[in-house]
Parts: sequence; structure tokens; C-alpha cells
Amino acid sequence: MTVNVLTPAPQTSDKRYKMLDAAMKRHQYQPDSLLEVLHAAQGLWGYLEDDLLVYVGHVLKVPLSRVYGVATFYNFFSLRPPGEHTCVVCMGTACYVKGSAEILRALEKAHGVKAGETTADGKLSVLTARCLGACGLAPAVVFDGEVGGRMTPQSTQERTKQWSRFDAR
Amino acid sequence: MPGEDLQVLADKELAARRNLKYRVSVCTAAGCLSSNGGPIKDALAKAVADRNLGDAVRVAGTGCLGLCHAGPLVHVETGDSQQSWLYLRVKPDDVERIATEHLAAGRPVESLLSTPDAPFFKKQYKIVLENAGRIDPERIEDYIAVGGYKALYRAITEKTQQEVINVVTASGLRGRGGGGYPTGLKWSTVFKSKGSRKFVICNADEGDPGAFMDRSVLEGDPHRVLEGMALAAYAVGADQGYIYVRGEYPLAINRLKTAIKQAERLEILGNRIFDSAFNFRIDLRIGAGAFVCGEETALISSVEGHRGAPRPRPPYPAQSGLWGQPTLINNVETFANVPAILAKGAGWFASIGTEKSKGTKVFALAGKIAHTGLIEVPMGMTLREIIFEVGGGVPNGGKFKAAQTGGPSGGCVPAEHLDLPVDYESLAGVGSIMGSGGLIVMDDTSCMVDVAKFFMEFCRDESCGKCVPCRAGTVQMHNLLLKITEGTATLGDLALLEKLSDLLKSTSLCGLGQTAPNPVLSTLRYFRDEYMAHIRDRKCPAGVCKFGGDVGSQGGVQGARGLEVRA
Repeated sequence: MTVNVLTPAPQTSDKRYKMLDAAMKRHQYQPDSLLEVLHAAQGLWGYLEDDLLVYVGHVLKVPLSRVYGVATFYNFFSLRPPGEHTCVVCMGTACYVKGSAEILRALEKAHGVKAGETTADGKLSVLTARCLGACGLAPAVVFDGEVGGRMTPQSTQERTKQWSRFDAR
Repeated sequence: MPGEDLQVLADKELAARRNLKYRVSVCTAAGCLSSNGGPIKDALAKAVADRNLGDAVRVAGTGCLGLCHAGPLVHVETGDSQQSWLYLRVKPDDVERIATEHLAAGRPVESLLSTPDAPFFKKQYKIVLENAGRIDPERIEDYIAVGGYKALYRAITEKTQQEVINVVTASGLRGRGGGGYPTGLKWSTVFKSKGSRKFVICNADEGDPGAFMDRSVLEGDPHRVLEGMALAAYAVGADQGYIYVRGEYPLAINRLKTAIKQAERLEILGNRIFDSAFNFRIDLRIGAGAFVCGEETALISSVEGHRGAPRPRPPYPAQSGLWGQPTLINNVETFANVPAILAKGAGWFASIGTEKSKGTKVFALAGKIAHTGLIEVPMGMTLREIIFEVGGGVPNGGKFKAAQTGGPSGGCVPAEHLDLPVDYESLAGVGSIMGSGGLIVMDDTSCMVDVAKFFMEFCRDESCGKCVPCRAGTVQMHNLLLKITEGTATLGDLALLEKLSDLLKSTSLCGLGQTAPNPVLSTLRYFRDEYMAHIRDRKCPAGVCKFGGDVGSQGGVQGARGLEVRA
């Protein structure tokens, strides 16, 4: 990534920076609160853009290498903006033995993306989850935060088609 | 808070309950929420208000009631707890009937009720889950009313630190995270270790796919875990605790936050607890989706704000853990057992279970099994009883093939070992592990090579990359398994797979790499013929693997365990 490390504090009226500052203050700017602060930042912005990483590192006095290391180590943090809608296929063991791989394969084919990618029009992100803990409803798929249980490739696509421009490929 | 107040609070709460005609608990754990439990709760509350029953009936959301496949669940109990009913698969239309016939007129709606003497209920023995679904997890008064925090009070005022440790040691409790290390011994080591400060950490980074025991405990009875941690802190001499909880469990996080706040308000956590010299605070640390953080040294690294990379042991965290200080790390379920042990005595706990494995174990049943959900059974129950009686067997006339325990670190137990008593040693003896409690049933439509590949892919993605055997070995092993499932492997590949398994097992730095080959080794042990069918005949007996043609997304799970994906 290319960032200007010399001007970390953003001169902006973006209120979210104020909220981030409050989160850091709550942790008394301790370097060991890095994960908590990144959680807060992602909660505010939806993802972690480069400037944000620089800013957090600067305020917490943590080297950028470590901030970047932590942000990329954990699956929860995303460095790219998510699509307008998200469709998360649970790939936990229970869902897997009940056919979630089929669902994912069909989704990837239908929308021309791989798991973890967003469609070119930015409408839909197809993601996978390790386990939602909704094993009783396997296979489970989350549509914009709403869990759908006992899904099939067909019923999944019926939901995603409504979001994405669905051209026959 | 003085200890007497605890009893006053409990009595007040119990008296208030006796004035109620019914207490209605709607399961609002993740499973039932996903099957519409939230609106059912709101509808019931509204129906009660519409009928002016507000003073006689209390509607609350509770933790997991266990029968996740039959959700949403509604539990109705008389005010004095003498009688109770469980409604299954409650639909919005049923709410009116339950309100009119049962809550108002006192006639239970028979057609929606479960049968309480079914093996699912009868065969279970609840210690950890005794309150789950019966108390409102967002009210500390509910927990105190059923005797909560009494064990902590009595330990602090009547017992020395050594005495508390002695009770836990005598109970025979072993770590429920999967390792099975004797809890009393661990506590004793931390107690004896010298340090300027000591810490207690609760490992709630429940990463095994298909396992949701800890989440259910945290969502259903958070105070129980706090009390267990406080007891541990008192015993080992710690004044600060952390709960490291998965970021994927927002409900558990919120309930824990509420619980900690309530306990602090009543001065059950904080300074001078029960007017003693004992101080203890608990903070939450939210995980960010890294399976390896379930490993204790990696978890410590993550709590310190670093990447979750493990380090060699010794020194063990009990001697040098968080910020180099003696640190006690136990799993959620382990802590949840402690208050009951202190309250009812070591002898009572030791009388349950087998010779070497005492107490009960919570299992999350999933996969090809009729009663998916959460159960708690005494140690030593056979797999057959768990799967075919409590679990209701394989649905749709399927044939049982194997039970997978222990997640990516465990193995598959085939039908021939169904009569195995479930305890730490027996499961290890057949090449699996107890693990944290995920139990996934597979029938003859599951390909065992594909399952092994699934777990290897998981370990490949979750390897932290610090040591070479795990980082490179899991990739190579996954590639070999991929070749087998694509029908392009040779017998040489199989030999290499076995050799690599041995290498990873003996040379990896931490538990993740050391146990990563287990699913491969156990399926090779019991289902070698399936591997041979793939290699020699290019056939998948279960019909799962597709050869030559459409292989689709073999990259499979690439991103996250959580809802976000790494960029």
C-alpha cells in the first residue's frame, strides 16, 4: 500500500474520527488496545482504509507494520469496502455435510465471483463463514445479517438475484 | 455488598415469582432467533398485555433450551416452578392460542407440546446448562434467585485459597476446552507461581466449526461464568480477569457486558468483594476471527494486542503468561462447572461420570441427526445412546457412518465403536479427541476423504504461519487430498500424505499443527477403502467427489470464519 506516513491526523470534519478518538481515549491510548480500536474503526467505517491504519498507529504509538500485521492477520478485519449487499454462506462442518459447498459453487458461478469477492457493480459480496452456530438450521446462509435456514442453491439464488443485476452468464 | 443482602435479594425475587401465575421463556439464542424467535417473543408479550395479564404472566427471552431443530421454543412455567411445559415450532399464528387457552384460561395447548419423558430430556443431566432457558440472562436477580453467587460468597468468607483449590482438585474436574488437563492442578500451579500480579482468562474463542456450546452458556447464563472466574481468581490470587470472546457472537458479547455491569453495580465484582480484601475485575476482549487464538499462548498474544501467534511452551502461562505474569486460562464450560462444584461439593461432582472423567459434558449435535441442538450428558454415556436415543438417530432412513468429534483437531468414530463410553481416554484410544464438544453425525452420503479435505482446508487457512511444518505442511496435505478427490492421485501420494501427517504431528509448534493431521489419520484408519476407491478406481463411494468434469470452486472457503473477509 502507498500511504503518506507524515500526515496521519486527518484534517476532516468527518465525525467518525471523533468517535474513534473517544474509543481510543476509553482505552487510555494503550498500545495493547489495538484490536479493540480496530474493531471500533471497522464498526464506524465498515472497513479499514489505509489512512485509518496510519492514524490509529500514530495515536496509539504502534508501528504501522504492526497495525498492518494485525489488521491482515485477523479474518474479521477487511481492508476493502464491502458490497452493497452481503451473502454469507456458512461453511461450518454441519452445513458442509448438508451441502453448503454446492450452494457456494452455484453462487460463484451465477455471479461470476469467488468467495470473498464483490461483484463488479459493487452490489453483492459473496462471503463464507466458518460457523454461525446455527447448526440446527443447516445449511445456513446470511442475507444482509438475516439468517436463512435449510437453504438450497435455488432458494439462495432467488434471494441474491433481487440484489444483483443478474445477467445470464 | 454484604453477603446477607444476597439472600435478601434472592428471597425478594422468589417471592415476586410466586405471585406470578406463569413465567414464559422464549428461546432467543442464535438458533431460535434465526427461526423467528424474536417476533414470537414480541407477539407473546403483546398478547399478554392485550389480555391485561401483565401482573400474572412474565415474558422473557432466555438462552438456549437445547432443541434447536424444533425452534422457536417457548417454555412456560408456573410461578412456583412446580409445573412446566415446552412448546415446539411455535408459529406466529400459535401465539394467540397459547395466550388465550394456556396463559389466560390455564389449559395447555396439547398439540404443540413436547413429550417431557422423551429420551432427549430424560437421558440428560444438566450442571452447566441447569439455568439455561430457565432464567432471564439479562437479570442478575434471576441468577441470584436460583442460588447464584452464593458459592462465591461462602468461598470468600469461609474458605482459604488452598481449600477452594482442594475442592476443585478433589472433584476431578478436567479442562472442557478439549485437552482435559486437570483443572485443580492448573489452579494449584498458578497459585504457587510468583508474580507481581496474576490474571485469569476465560477462553471463549470457540472456533471449532459445528460447535456452539460455549456460546449457548454465555448467552443463556453469563453470570455463571463470571462466578466461576471470580472463584478461580480468589483461589489463585488474581485481581484481573479477561474474557476472550469471538467477535462472531454479538449476542453473547452484549449479554456479558450487561452481566458484568450488573455484577459491578451490586459490588459482586470490583473492590472489596463481600467486604473482604478480595478485588476482582473482568474485562472483555473481542476476538477477530482467528482459529489459532484458541491456543492459549496465541490467545495471550492477542489479548496483548498482537497477532495471534503461539510461542513455544514451557514456560507455561501458569508460570509466565499475560505480560509475563502467572495466568490461569480455562474454557467457558470449565468455569461454568466451578460454582456448582463449590456449592454441592466435590464428592457430588466426582460421583457423576467415569473413573477418570468426572461430571458431564455439553455437546452440540449437528449434521445428519434428528435432534440437532445442545445436550448435556454424564461422562461415560455411549455414543450410541447419545446419537440414537438423545439425538434421535439419523433422519430420513439414512445409515449412520461416522461421528466426528473434536473439530479440525479431532477424528471420526465409525459405527463399530458406537458402544464406546464417551470420556477423554476412550475417545483418544480410537484416534479422536473429546474436543470442545462439537459432535457431527455423518451418514452414507458423506465422503470421508472429502471431510478430511474440508478440515485440512480449514487448518491451512487458519495456520498462523509462524512455524514451517504447519504453514507449508497443511498446504501440501491439502493439495494431496485435492488430488485424491479429483481422482488424479497415485499410491505414492497416499504414502506421502501419511508421511506428512507424521511430520506435522511431531514437529509443529502448537496444537493447531500438531493435531491438524488427525482427521486424515482417523479417516485413513477406518475408511482406508474409500481412499483406495478414489485412487485406484477413480470412484467416490458416497458420490460426493466429481472426477474430471465440473470441479467448481476447489478453492472453497477462502476468507473468513466470521462475517467479514480479509482483503
